[in-house]
Amino acid sequence: MTPEPMTPALHASPRLRRRRRSEAIFRSAGLGAILVALGLVAALFTMIVVQGAPAFTQATFSLDVHFDPAVLPADPPPARAADQSAADHRAARLAWERQAALANWNAIVEAALRRAAPDVEIDSRSALSIIETSERHRLRERFVADPGLLGQTLQLDMLASANADNWLKGTIDRSLPDARQQLSAPARALADRLHEEGVIRFAFAWHIFTNTDSRAAPAAAGLAGAFVGSLYMMLVVIVLAVPIGVASAIYLEEFAPKNRLTDLIEININNLAAVPSIVFGLLGAAVFIRYMGMPMSAPVVGGLVLTLMTLPTIIIATRSSLRAVPPSLREAALGLGASRTQMVFHHVLPSTLPGILTASIIGVAQALGETAPLLLIGMNAFVAAVPASPFDPSTALPAQIYLWQGNENRNFFEARTSAAIMVLLGLMVMLNALAVLLRQRLEKRNA
Amino acid sequence: MTSLILAAVVLGLMGLAYGQGLSRSRAVAAAGGRRLHSRPAYHGTLLAIWCLLPMLAVLGLWALFGPGLTRAFVLGYLPPEVAGLSGAQIEAALGRIAAIASGDGVAGASEPYEHTAAESLRRFRLFAGLIVTASTAGLGVLALRHARARITPDLRARNRVEALIGLLLLACSAVAVLTTLGIVVSLFNEALRFFTFVHPVDFFFGTVWNPGFSSTGTGGDGQYGLLPLLWGTVMVAGIAMLVAVPVGLMSAIYLSQYATRRVRNTAKPVIEILAGIPTIVYGVFALVTVGPLLSEFGAAIGLDIRATSALTAGLVMGVMIVPFVSSLSDDILRQVPVSLRDGSLGLGATPSETIRKVLLPAALPGIVGALLLAVSRAIGETMIVVLAAGNSPVLRLNPAEPVSTVTVTIVNQLTGDSDFAGPQSLVAFALGMTLFVLTLLLNLVALHIVRRFREQYE
Repeated sequence: MTPEPMTPALHASPRLRRRRRSEAIFRSAGLGAILVALGLVAALFTMIVVQGAPAFTQATFSLDVHFDPAVLPADPPPARAADQSAADHRAARLAWERQAALANWNAIVEAALRRAAPDVEIDSRSALSIIETSERHRLRERFVADPGLLGQTLQLDMLASANADNWLKGTIDRSLPDARQQLSAPARALADRLHEEGVIRFAFAWHIFTNTDSRAAPAAAGLAGAFVGSLYMMLVVIVLAVPIGVASAIYLEEFAPKNRLTDLIEININNLAAVPSIVFGLLGAAVFIRYMGMPMSAPVVGGLVLTLMTLPTIIIATRSSLRAVPPSLREAALGLGASRTQMVFHHVLPSTLPGILTASIIGVAQALGETAPLLLIGMNAFVAAVPASPFDPSTALPAQIYLWQGNENRNFFEARTSAAIMVLLGLMVMLNALAVLLRQRLEKRNA
Repeated sequence: MTSLILAAVVLGLMGLAYGQGLSRSRAVAAAGGRRLHSRPAYHGTLLAIWCLLPMLAVLGLWALFGPGLTRAFVLGYLPPEVAGLSGAQIEAALGRIAAIASGDGVAGASEPYEHTAAESLRRFRLFAGLIVTASTAGLGVLALRHARARITPDLRARNRVEALIGLLLLACSAVAVLTTLGIVVSLFNEALRFFTFVHPVDFFFGTVWNPGFSSTGTGGDGQYGLLPLLWGTVMVAGIAMLVAVPVGLMSAIYLSQYATRRVRNTAKPVIEILAGIPTIVYGVFALVTVGPLLSEFGAAIGLDIRATSALTAGLVMGVMIVPFVSSLSDDILRQVPVSLRDGSLGLGATPSETIRKVLLPAALPGIVGALLLAVSRAIGETMIVVLAAGNSPVLRLNPAEPVSTVTVTIVNQLTGDSDFAGPQSLVAFALGMTLFVLTLLLNLVALHIVRRFREQYE
């Protein structure tokens, strides 16, 4: 007996064909949804990298700078006399530094620039407009730190201004008429020429990581202050949210009696996890800043707000990893005469350590990227210094992104913003990689 | 310096107490020839805790009253004409004295009284530091001796230590409850203050949002109508759900029912990456990429779509919620018993018929709950709308126009303001309260539905 051929039967019924077709449509709709979602992830990352990558290199001059004795103060900084108080000496030193600051540093920068292109006819203003304004401060700081430089000539790297960087990178439309260009025609010509001659080159922008934010000198603006601010906040979160979160998860999962109070705490934590983050910002503004009088813009307040916000995340994730511990482990410990506390701390906790670590890192990563509550406690303030302590005013990485995307110099800061996003995402990826790594090592050890 | 010494004293005494507890309990047990109720380590821990408590009390008292005492002491050394100064001037005088006392000195000339005051301040600090350290250490030692004498083989040290650990754990869980309490009290308190300026009816049912500026003095007659903001919120969240529900639900269905294990294991984490991206990044994405793209697209087909609009914000927010919807639905779909699915397939239904006619109806309550959670997340989302919704608090039906939402307005009204005196900043709390109550209701309903659904199949 030969088996009946399958195909005729398949084509026999129009109903079946319809059903098959709707099956195929449904299935491809599902596949389409996956592809859309994956495409969105790809689009998002491509956009960020394409826009952000150029900001990591920046037009940089390499100039011979002459610390001209005719321009700079000739007398050396005052030494501390034997009978002078520390405050008096500091005042004298400051007076000398002020004298150094009042020197015409622009003339030194301009002279260096003209030495690189001796034959160019250009007015001082246009010439100076292609070098970032912060560079003369950097020269001054160098001189103040080492007054022996007087009369010497050094080859130094100097940042081009944001406008010159835009022009050379082509982020501004090069065909726009003079009136709509940020730089004057001679300045643009000079920048082009120096670029061709190799005086200006595109160097890796280390200062994005080492400088603080800057308004007067956008090309020199960096993330150092925001990074340290975020670091302080994360320290607060790690010190407070992780222990408190793990402890309350342990209590709820292992100790809590089944009663109304426990139910209330549980419902409350689940709800807290879904409270919009901005409400935590309002809480911070009202309770920490207004009632308790804590300082605005301080990482410690930000850290406290983020602690409260991440607490439910850590609690819920820790509880689910505690729940995954097999009951046999608990029963064995109790059966051998361990007390409940001993059972939890000697047996359950060590075996869930990987889960708890992952939970903590999830919480910290969430806190690292959160922006909205920070806006309400003043962490979007412009701060041009690295905070020395968690009580000093500071920004945070996401708040810095918010600030930069709002900068008027769009051409320049669009790339800068994406670069900052890359740094933030890079940190988050590292955190998650750390979580995976730790988990693998710990699980191997426990196995 | 003093604080380092204090920390060393406290830690040292606690270590000593622990060691004493160990040795004493062993000695007691050996002398009496009886077994200890608790192991020596528990006796040590208990002793260390007993030793710590009085020390903490002393330090707490000093932290509370120390600065006031120091200040009063220095004030006593000031000549009457200086002590009678007010506010910032007296602070400056005290600051100078503190600078001299610290050995740093002040720039320029200083008065003789400042030097005498600084000298006595230095002596006072030395003295106070000695007294605080001595009393801390003394009380610690006393407590240590007292508690040590009470160690007997029958002392239930373990139970006490464990009770204390239990209390500590309970206190940690209370933090979450206190947070909720703090939110409720502070929001309602400030919102009530706002309602002394603006009648609640005008707020909840007003159709015009025009708060005026406190700096121009027009604050009193601003209009605070919630409805335009609420409408903007609803519209943006609605658009977001229109994007997130089909994409999220369908990808959950495909991943849980059709995909091979390999596809599932790669696609799922990649989609979940979307959930881990900070919202500010979505905001920038919306503002820089999606908005202009939509606007160009609109121009190409003859529609006027603004770059920052409800549509832009809603679309991007939808992307943000996709992983949320998909992982929740995935969770729910997996909880439907396999027997239902197998039964349907066994009766000859195609997979899609099984999903549509068996799995989805069975999972419906759970999925509705999950979607409600997603809605609550969408209406509370801030950064995307701050950047991409256009901030225009006007009642409009057209989603291609800019809108404003409750969260955007909270940020606008409160950013950089900390005096909370006028309705301009206080309104942020009334809005926050509205938002909180709204999301709370959504969450309670959603969690209730999800929980009932779980119980149904347990």
